[in-house]
Amino acid sequence: MSDTSFIAKELVAERAAPVRSAGFIGFVQTRLLNSPTNILLTVVSLLLLWFTIAPTVKFLLIDAVWQGQDRTACLPENVGHAVGACWPFVQAKFTQFIYGFYPEPERWRVNLTFLLGALLLLPLLIPRLPAKSVNAGLFFLAFPVVAFFLLYGGGINGFGISWATDFLSTVAVHITDVGRRLRGMGLLSDIAVIGYLLTLIGDGVVAFGGGLQLVALPFEWLRNEGVNHGKPVWFELTTTAIIVSLLMFLLNGHFRSGWRALANSISVFAGIAVVIALLRLDRGGLPIVDTRLWGGLLVTLVVSITGIVTSMPVGMALALGRRSTIPLIRLFSIAFIEFWRGVPLITVLFFATYMLPLFLPGNFTVDGLVRALIGIALFAGAYNAEVIRGGLQAIPRGQAEAASALGLSWWKTTRLVVMPQALRHVIPGLVNSFIALLKDTSLVSIVALFDLLGQLRASFADPNWSTPTTLFTGFAFTGIMYFVMCFGISRYSLFVEHRLNVHRRS
Amino acid sequence: MATSTEARKPPLQLAAKLRRVLGGQAGWSGFLLQIVFVTALVWIGYEIVENARSNLAAQKIASGFGFLSNTAGFAVSQALIPYSESDTYLQVFFVGLVNTLVVSLIGIFFATIIGFIVGLGRMSPNWLLARIAGGYVELIRNLPLLFQILFWYLAVLATLPQPRQSISLLDSFFLSNRGFGLPKPIGTEAFTAFAVAVIVAIIAALVLRVYARQQLFAKGRVIAVWPITLGLLIGLPLLTVLVLGKPVTFEYPVLRGFNFSGGLRVLPEFVALTLALSTYTAAFIAEIVRAGVQSVHKGQSEAGASLGLSRGATLRLIVVPQAMRVILPPLTNQYLNLTKNSSLAVAIGYPDLVSVFAGTTMSQTGQAIEIIAITMAVYLVISLITSAIMSLYGWRISRSMSA
Repeated sequence: MSDTSFIAKELVAERAAPVRSAGFIGFVQTRLLNSPTNILLTVVSLLLLWFTIAPTVKFLLIDAVWQGQDRTACLPENVGHAVGACWPFVQAKFTQFIYGFYPEPERWRVNLTFLLGALLLLPLLIPRLPAKSVNAGLFFLAFPVVAFFLLYGGGINGFGISWATDFLSTVAVHITDVGRRLRGMGLLSDIAVIGYLLTLIGDGVVAFGGGLQLVALPFEWLRNEGVNHGKPVWFELTTTAIIVSLLMFLLNGHFRSGWRALANSISVFAGIAVVIALLRLDRGGLPIVDTRLWGGLLVTLVVSITGIVTSMPVGMALALGRRSTIPLIRLFSIAFIEFWRGVPLITVLFFATYMLPLFLPGNFTVDGLVRALIGIALFAGAYNAEVIRGGLQAIPRGQAEAASALGLSWWKTTRLVVMPQALRHVIPGLVNSFIALLKDTSLVSIVALFDLLGQLRASFADPNWSTPTTLFTGFAFTGIMYFVMCFGISRYSLFVEHRLNVHRRS
Repeated sequence: MATSTEARKPPLQLAAKLRRVLGGQAGWSGFLLQIVFVTALVWIGYEIVENARSNLAAQKIASGFGFLSNTAGFAVSQALIPYSESDTYLQVFFVGLVNTLVVSLIGIFFATIIGFIVGLGRMSPNWLLARIAGGYVELIRNLPLLFQILFWYLAVLATLPQPRQSISLLDSFFLSNRGFGLPKPIGTEAFTAFAVAVIVAIIAALVLRVYARQQLFAKGRVIAVWPITLGLLIGLPLLTVLVLGKPVTFEYPVLRGFNFSGGLRVLPEFVALTLALSTYTAAFIAEIVRAGVQSVHKGQSEAGASLGLSRGATLRLIVVPQAMRVILPPLTNQYLNLTKNSSLAVAIGYPDLVSVFAGTTMSQTGQAIEIIAITMAVYLVISLITSAIMSLYGWRISRSMSA
């Protein structure tokens, strides 16, 4: 027994104490200096920081000039030491960076718009606050309209009735014209069968146009009544409100369950009436400020917010189209999405600026800003479509199948069951594409619109402020603005993503 | 009587199949819907063509691609293929295209290198390095690319000294506000032999690699490839140099008057654009690399270690191949983005496709429709080819995964 050797005779030597990993010293030991390579890396990193952060801080704060009236304040020979950032330059150009050349006495309108937007946006971003759908409706539908009348100005001559009349009669005239042309082609055609068919189709189209003209008649009569009445806008608003509210009431189950729809409709029209009264839209509204005078942060925000708001419906339609089983619609959606995603934004802006006017009727001119907005909406719409499609694919098929088993139509299935879930999935993706759009708006400065970056470039041309550090100061200021906006939004996106994924973490 | 146990054939149901082909799951109503849709599209297309025709007639612009054979008559500051002012607009197009491709390729090269360094740095156990890399990514990703291009071009490159006081390295590389001057290699008569030697060495190395792998799989014999490869790649070219003399001589840039002459001169616009594009895209590539490496499960490298593979072999044989599968598709996407973003050259006047063709040529000829269509088509073709290759790759991956 005694020569069994499976029992150790000696004690195992003591192990070295584990390296302290708690506290500052422990942290430095384990995360910075635990091996020769890491020591080297730490030294290199420190050197890197020393050569980037130190000069930046020195430039922005220590050597900076804070007060002055013109360039002489920022010249080294007057200051007495090497000059860093020339902040008086930013102070002098600040209003341009924010408003562009928006006329001084009208700038309260821009401020009011910013304030309204912020008031509507903030409660939308805080998940705990109630009434998200009303809030979203106000921000995405009502706010853009109000912002347009505030920023651009001008009033309206009519309301729903006039618009319906104009729209119907224009479409009717066009359709009748097409029908006549088809019939003319049919009469000239050499092959009898095709000629006969074309004439037949042409006659049908002409008849359809005539029918539309008839539909437009009662609207036209109502409009004339309003003009005779003396206050066309208010008359038309009231009649439109009555007609639409009644329709909503009847279509949503009249006496049984239509009261809520009626109340909603009436409150929407009441809101419109308040806006019209406050902005005096019926009496010409605010003075018009041409978009050529807009600039700076105003244009950046207008372009990016309009871009994201208009690209959402485009994106949803394209995403649904791409998942549709109907062959031609699907093909069209794929081609459309891949086309816009395959070309650079700058060519899209060139397209919108130089090519789009050629495609419109000669007497029809579109404002330069609106043209850029159309291009951006199409471009961002294609990108959003892919994001939303990702969300649609993440919804299990059972959801749609259950909905259709309950007897819901395709539209109701999509609107009530699939789309809300899909959109909730892709909020982070949509926010990311908003950041991309916000950054991309800087490209409009290439097509002669003065956004924040364009305004910055324009301000460099001012000889009153040409000093050696003006350029760096301007870039520092705009850079900080862009960074604060984009970084803030991306942090918010992370927060939402985290919140949405709470149930996935065990 | 033998009863047939075979299943009956399903009924033909021609009408149902036809309905399915024409209208998808929505059936005849879907068919009707697409008829209406196509009619609306045709109508819009017709209106566009009519409007464009009448507008062009009003502005007295002849449509068509005939203008491509007209004389351009303007100079381009960087032409890598022969070009003079008397050449046609078609030649301008090719000059711009080559410039776009060159700046994209060089940008891709640097973006990949910086991106991998930053991405690996972000995962470094060294806390400080990881923070610096993270700060780089956040800073770069949250500033617009155009801002960065203008920053490098207007602010940084403009503060470089005049050519007379230029920063020089070994008296052969010169950095000034007129651009970057570097020695230009000129091939001598020995160059052909040198090139042949290099090619032969590369082919031999590849063949050797295949052979070694075959031996390993067939007989389990391990052949150390790298010493022979290294010997081949250095030895063969060196041999030709020793026998035949230098393959290239260099022409150095020399200061004449206010600027440099001779040597290779890189435009400041090119430097700014490459710098901005590669640092910008690198920030995105870094995130892709990080996501790719982190997507490989930790158990994979642990399994490799328990099989007795060294740390390097585990990385090379187990982690990297799996990470590459995740990295490659978004990486290609970033390369594509870089190529598309190179069109921002127009803002600083680097003569890329958009700048010389959709910019100068369009303002001279006024042929907006044709020129923008051609420009868009070029980018579209590049991106379609790339995505075709990528889907082929995805198909191969999914096939090898399921096998």
